[in-house]
Amino acid sequence: MNAVFLKELLDNFRDRRVILNTLVIGPLMGPVIFAVMISFMASQAAERMESRLELPVVGAENAPNLIGFLERQGVLIEEAPENPEEAVRREDEEVVVRIGADFAEDWEAGRPASVEIIADQSRRYSGTTISRVRSYLNGYSQQISQLRLQMRGVHPEITRPINSVVTDLSTPESRGGMVLAFLPYFILITVFMGSMHMAIDTTAGERERKSLEPLLINPLPRWQIMTGKLVATTFFALATLALGLVAFVYAMGFLPVAAMDVALNLDFRVAALAFLLVAPAALLAAALLTILASFAKSFREAQSYMGLVIIIPMVPSFWILIDPSRAETWMTLVPLLSQNVLILELVRGEAINWAWFGYSIGTTSALAGILAAVAGTLYNRPKLIFTSG
Amino acid sequence: MIEARNLRKTFNKGKVVAVDNVSFTARDGEITGLLGPNGAGKTTTLRMLYTLLRPDSGSMRIDGIDPEEQPLSIKRALGVVPDSRGLYDRLTARENIRYYGKLHGLKKADIQRRIDDMVEILGMSEFIDRRTTGFSQGQRVKVAIARALIHEPRTVLLDEPSNGLDVMTTRALREFLRQLKARGSCVVLSTHIMQEVAALCDRIVIVADGKVAAEGTADQLLARSGEANLEDAFVKLIGSAEGLLA
Repeated sequence: MNAVFLKELLDNFRDRRVILNTLVIGPLMGPVIFAVMISFMASQAAERMESRLELPVVGAENAPNLIGFLERQGVLIEEAPENPEEAVRREDEEVVVRIGADFAEDWEAGRPASVEIIADQSRRYSGTTISRVRSYLNGYSQQISQLRLQMRGVHPEITRPINSVVTDLSTPESRGGMVLAFLPYFILITVFMGSMHMAIDTTAGERERKSLEPLLINPLPRWQIMTGKLVATTFFALATLALGLVAFVYAMGFLPVAAMDVALNLDFRVAALAFLLVAPAALLAAALLTILASFAKSFREAQSYMGLVIIIPMVPSFWILIDPSRAETWMTLVPLLSQNVLILELVRGEAINWAWFGYSIGTTSALAGILAAVAGTLYNRPKLIFTSG
Repeated sequence: MIEARNLRKTFNKGKVVAVDNVSFTARDGEITGLLGPNGAGKTTTLRMLYTLLRPDSGSMRIDGIDPEEQPLSIKRALGVVPDSRGLYDRLTARENIRYYGKLHGLKKADIQRRIDDMVEILGMSEFIDRRTTGFSQGQRVKVAIARALIHEPRTVLLDEPSNGLDVMTTRALREFLRQLKARGSCVVLSTHIMQEVAALCDRIVIVADGKVAAEGTADQLLARSGEANLEDAFVKLIGSAEGLLA
C-alpha cells in the first residue's frame, strides 16, 4: 500500500503537466480570478458613485427651474440626442430624461407634472444611475412641496407621518462576506482541481497504458492497491488546497479592501481553519473522481467526465449566492454546502461554532469514506481490469 | 506444477463460451506450450490460473494450492508476464522493476540483487537506468519479464511472450526460458506461432475453440496425427490452419 502511494507520487511528480495543473494553476486560478473580479467590481462601483452625473435632457427649456436645481446639485446637463429611446437601446446613453411640453401647464395648475426617465433596467450597471437621477428629482419634488405647504400655512412635517430611519448593523466583516460569496467555491474547487489529474492517471491512465493487469497480479489485495492510489490522489488534493489557501491570503493583501469599506477576514489563522474544514472534501473529491475515472477506458474519456464533476461544488455556491440566508444547523450537515456556509462564517469574522465544524467534518468524512470504500471494491470487477472486454 | 481440470469460462451471461472443458498438466522442469489460433481461449485460461478471472466450473491446482481459495499465495508463487505489458513511462526501467519488488514485499537488498541478476541475464545494462518512454518492444518485454520474475517464482506463465519481438530478442528470450527450465521451473507459455512450440516446448497443448484438441510431446502429436511434420500435424489436429503462424 505504501509502495503504491510512493510510486504514484514519484510517477506524477515527474510529470510536468501534473505539476503545472495541480500545483501551480490549480492553487493560483482561484485567487487570481477572484482578485481581478473583486477589484473590478470595487473600482466600478466607486467610479459610478463618485463621478459627475452627465444627464441628457429632452425639453430642458420646459422646466428651467428644475434644470437650475439639478445644475446646482452638480449634474452636468447635456444636449439630448435626436432619438432618446434609440440612443439608450444602442447604449450610447445610460439614462435620458424627458420633460414634456405640458410640464409648465401642469405645474401652474398644481397637477403632478411628469418627468420621464428613459433607461433599460435590464442592464445591471444602469441601476445606480437611475437611482441617482431619481433621488435628485425626489429632492426637488420634496423641496417644492414643502414650499407649497408653507405658503398655504401648513406645517410641512404633517405630510411625513412616518420617519423611517435605517440603522445599519452590518459590520465591515459582514459586508466583506457578501462580497466574498464566491470565495468558498474557489477554495473548494482546488481539491477537485488537485485530484483530477491524479485520479485519471492512476485509473484510466493505468488501463490505457495496459499496466493495470500486470499490477493486479501482484500479491496484494486489490483494495490495498486502490487505497494506495486514493491516498496519493488525496495527498495531491490537500497540497493544492494548502497552496491555494496560502495564495488567497497573499492575494487579499492586494485587494482595495479599504476602498470598499469591508474587512476580509482571511489571515493565516482563518486559512488554517478553512484547511481543516475542506480537508475531508479532498478525500471526497479524490474518491468521487477515482470512481468515475475507473470506468473510463482512456485518459480522454475520463477527462470528459471530469468537466461535469467540476459543476458539483458550484451548486451550493450558487445557491448561497441566490439565497444568502444565515447558516443553520441543517446546512452544516450537508457535505460541500457545509464548507461553503462555514467558510463564509469564517471570513465574516463570526465566532466559531465548533459543533457546526464537527458536523461538517463528520458528515463529509462519512460520505468520503463511503465513496472510498466503493472505490476499493472497483477492481474486483473484471470489466474494469481488461482493456478489451 | 500446474494441474487444470475441466476449466470452463463464459462471458456475457453464458452467451460466449471462451474456455470449454480445458484440462492439462504442466510439470516442473518442463516448458509447456499452449498453442492455438487467436481467440482460442489461451489468454482466458491463463487469466484463470493467475486469478484475475474465476472459472465457471472446473478446478485448478498450482503446486497443490487452489488459486480460488488462496489467490494471494498463488500470486506469490507465480511469475506472470501477461499480454498487457504496460510500463510506467515516467519511471526508469529499474524503478519499474523495483516497484514490483516492493509490491511483493521484498527487502531492498534482495530487490537490488535480483535486478542486478536480471540485468545480467536479460542484457539490460544499457537501458536499465533510462526512463521507459521510447523503449523498443524488445526492451519493454525484457523489463516486463524482469519485473514479473523479481521474486524468483517457481512457476512462470507467459502470454504470447514473443509478440512483436525481432529475431535476436526472440532468441534471447528462448535462451532465458531454457535457463528457467534448467533450474527446475515450471514454464507455461501461450502462443499462436508453431515455430515457437516446436523449438522450445517439451509438452504441447493444442487449444482450439476453447477446447483442448490434443496434448503431448511433439513426437506423440506426430504419431497421433500420422503426419510427417509438426506443421501438418497441427493443422490436422486443429482442423484448419486459420489463425496460426508458421
